[in-house]
Amino acid sequence: MSKNAIIVGLVIFVVAALFPFWFNLGRSDTVAPKPELSEQAKAAKKCVLEKYDMRANHMSLLDEWRDSVVRDADRMYEAANGEKFQMSLSTGDNSCIGCHTNKEKFCDKCHDYASVAPYCWECHTNPKEITQ
Amino acid sequence: MKKSRRKFLKVAGISALGIGMTPAITTFASSESQGTGTVDAVKSKNAEVFSAKRWGMVIDTSKLTDAIAANITDACHKAHNVPDFNHEPDKEKFPKTSPVNHHQEVKWIWKEHFEHAFPDKEDEFLAEKFKELPFLVTCNHCKNAPCVQACPTQATFKREDGIVLMDFHRCIGCRFCMAACPFGARSFNFRDPRPFIEQTNSSFPTRTKGVVEKCNLCAERLAKGQQPYCAEASQGAIVVGDLENSESEIRQLLNEKYSIRRKQELGTEPSVYYLM
Repeated sequence: MSKNAIIVGLVIFVVAALFPFWFNLGRSDTVAPKPELSEQAKAAKKCVLEKYDMRANHMSLLDEWRDSVVRDADRMYEAANGEKFQMSLSTGDNSCIGCHTNKEKFCDKCHDYASVAPYCWECHTNPKEITQ
Repeated sequence: MKKSRRKFLKVAGISALGIGMTPAITTFASSESQGTGTVDAVKSKNAEVFSAKRWGMVIDTSKLTDAIAANITDACHKAHNVPDFNHEPDKEKFPKTSPVNHHQEVKWIWKEHFEHAFPDKEDEFLAEKFKELPFLVTCNHCKNAPCVQACPTQATFKREDGIVLMDFHRCIGCRFCMAACPFGARSFNFRDPRPFIEQTNSSFPTRTKGVVEKCNLCAERLAKGQQPYCAEASQGAIVVGDLENSESEIRQLLNEKYSIRRKQELGTEPSVYYLM
């Protein structure tokens, strides 16, 4: 008698505990969004680092760039693929935003999905994108 | 039994030694490889960069007029996205902006009267002309900068070439530097500066609420081999150059004419000279 009650209780517990998994199972919006590349970025083909490295480590790269530019007055970055880049997030055509022109379709897509809100944009951005 | 204990102690002793050695060996090995680290290898200095041992500025007071001074301030402030609190914010873009306090100011380079710029040199019968001359004041990029010593996060620091620079990312807004600076060269962003920038220059970042800002001697322009905005707009009244190089233009100017510095008695060794 109590054996059945325990099994039923266990099943209810397991189902409840796994709620986030089965709830999101059939939904399409849980798939990670793909950032859209701008025309310039598509044409350039090469970024600063290799795609997967960039995806995982762009924040550390930016951190390193910032220290280099501000502290050591060193603004030129020679990438492993031989390309040279101006170490800048938002200033000029040779900066990150200069090539990835659409912040909403490129940066924000993943940042929103991953629920991170970097405060880069409080200072670095194009005025046309300010929406507040 | 006796023999095996002896053996055990031997092995234990050797392994303890080995474990003790590993951290020493690994730090030694890593310090060796640091010299050829990737960071050093991939970065190269810009070829066209302007460099100096110690950057300084000479302001020729005889060449400065009110109109030129206004142009200089304007050129600097526009290029560096310095907010102007007399500017009415755009209601559509910034609907939530609260009313402005027009007394609030953020400034990098501005006009000052002689007696305010040089309070120690205000003599009773000072030549009348000094009372009307515009004196442009800005960050003095002091050799012994008190703001650098006051900053608890090293957001303000002295660069190798003498520029007192700020890392805005790192500023926590404690304003110790503002209290330490005897020249009032620093301004605090009490509110989001963006609504008060008439035309944002996208080639320079804005600041955010809660950080201090000041003149950076156009470090971003020197890096491109260009003269600072103030020197460019000054029609020859401002010259920026290397103070440590006896051949440089500013050293020659200092040789030719009598010059003064602001609050020299404090011992901060300002790098901005005023030709009289």
